[in-house]
Amino acid sequence: MPEYQIVVCGSIVPDPLQTLEPISGPAGPALKNEMMLPAWLDPWAGHALFEAANLASKNPGSKVWLVALGPKAKLQQVMMTLAQKVPFELVALDGPAGGFTDASETAAALAEAIQAIPGLDRSRMLVFGGWESASRGTGTTMQIVGEILGITDQFQGVDEIKIEASGALRILERIEGGRHQVSLCDAPPALLGWATGNLPEPRNNPQVGMANMRTIMPALQKAKPTKVGADGLTFSSVAVPKQARDTKIVKDLPADQIAAEIVEWITNK
Amino acid sequence: METILFLSPSEGALSKNALEALATAKQLADSLGTTFSVGLWGDAPQAAADGIASCSATKFLAVTGAEFAQSRYATDAAAAEALGRASGATIIIGPSCSRWNRVLAGVAHRLGGRADSHVTGLSASNGAPAIARWYYRQRMEGILTRTQRPWVLAVESGIAPAWDGAPGTAAVEPVACASAGVRSNVTGIEAPAADQQTIRPDAELLFVTGAGWTKKQPDGQVKTEAAQKLILDFLRLSRASLGSTKSLVDLHGEGVATLTFLNHMNQVGQTGSTPRHVKGLSTCCHGEEPHTVGWRFIGERRAISLDAGCGWARGKADVLYVADAFAVMEKVNALLAR
Repeated sequence: MPEYQIVVCGSIVPDPLQTLEPISGPAGPALKNEMMLPAWLDPWAGHALFEAANLASKNPGSKVWLVALGPKAKLQQVMMTLAQKVPFELVALDGPAGGFTDASETAAALAEAIQAIPGLDRSRMLVFGGWESASRGTGTTMQIVGEILGITDQFQGVDEIKIEASGALRILERIEGGRHQVSLCDAPPALLGWATGNLPEPRNNPQVGMANMRTIMPALQKAKPTKVGADGLTFSSVAVPKQARDTKIVKDLPADQIAAEIVEWITNK
Repeated sequence: METILFLSPSEGALSKNALEALATAKQLADSLGTTFSVGLWGDAPQAAADGIASCSATKFLAVTGAEFAQSRYATDAAAAEALGRASGATIIIGPSCSRWNRVLAGVAHRLGGRADSHVTGLSASNGAPAIARWYYRQRMEGILTRTQRPWVLAVESGIAPAWDGAPGTAAVEPVACASAGVRSNVTGIEAPAADQQTIRPDAELLFVTGAGWTKKQPDGQVKTEAAQKLILDFLRLSRASLGSTKSLVDLHGEGVATLTFLNHMNQVGQTGSTPRHVKGLSTCCHGEEPHTVGWRFIGERRAISLDAGCGWARGKADVLYVADAFAVMEKVNALLAR
């Protein structure tokens, strides 16, 4: 049975139910009241973490690390909940997690943190992360992490990984038209940028939480201050678009008349 | 002066998305008063080059080989890197397809540049290129410039008309590229049967289903099977593409009886896609902001909801029909079936 060392890269994003408003700060654009907004683990990174834990549980001896870059106080807040989901060891970097920083700077910081994990064995290493984030949303960070780590077996938009009897990794990636591309990768190391996968969010498990917190708090305490910015990037504007439409409300119209209107609208090229 | 390279994998003729990216590259070159070249890779990129022979590119470069036919990081990144180096381009523009999206940042890193994806606008001002792209899941749009070069971009579909011109015979310059050490192979494609495929990116209409389809109806009954039939019949008759809200897709993952044909790839907004269709019809949705961003790139929008104050529709749809979607869609299907 293979024993994997799975490193998941993931950070925090504002709760999607919050209304977000951009402001202009001294270092470029930012979110209004960013530090006050409730945060959670980036959804795609969350899927990556849950898939990593699932893979590790099926392959005894495997281990999961979560490498997270974000403001230490916000990371701590999110970890209180996340720690109860699945077993992992946290590697925390204290720095900005906003969407207006540059992916290459974030990637460099994450790759450096991964390289500093003691005892990592490339022949067993799988690097997981979200294929995009819900903040910057470029889908570029993980590619650069892979490049820095010298991993050229990279997969993006991953929804499934299975281990073949030979030890090869069978990976499903999203491609155009609601289809999946099936690839076989001989063995680790490999990098997988996860889409949503197939797993529901795990239930809270207080025992897992207790075990995780033994390593999470020390990791947060020694989180390395990390400078990540947007060197060379100039925003001329960041704005929420005016999107209000003058909606015509149609009430008290029989279903067949509504249907006729809709059909005419659909078929009218 | 900037030099521009249009870059794309070729799987036979170029896709519509690639032709749109080509048109974008050409337009940017015109705006900057410069020229552009074309870079293609695949097992036989000459055919794709011939298809765009009259696009006024100054040069056609190609990496050719059977190993470059596969949609695979190692070989796609190697080919794109070789083409980028051979062209000496300062701006590299490719289509926002799964192949280019998978490698553009890795290629930019190898070339010492930077990458930006999901570009929805490209312009030039005082000789400097600028791009538009969205942040925080299409909630806000930024316009930005960069000093680093090469600047490697993936442009979204639907932001420019596809390049259209006469085919010819392109003088393609071969570019050498090694592909040693490949450890991954594409073994196939998994797709639903043609009659069960509900995601149709080229469809005129996006049909969005909300969680209301699986809730108790006015008679107190849950009618999931009836909902399923109505929706599938509509998709079959209208050839629309199916989108869904996260809440409805999540019900499926949680094992709750719901619409069996839905999966996460149907999800629009939030962690889903932001598809581009001419028209959108939403049914039984509720109006939280994360979902409504899924509407961002839909042209004409209509909605059916029992809630006249539905946030999905109010201020976002052109027309809101306050009605029972079950009743309306049954009539719609009957009309379409005629």
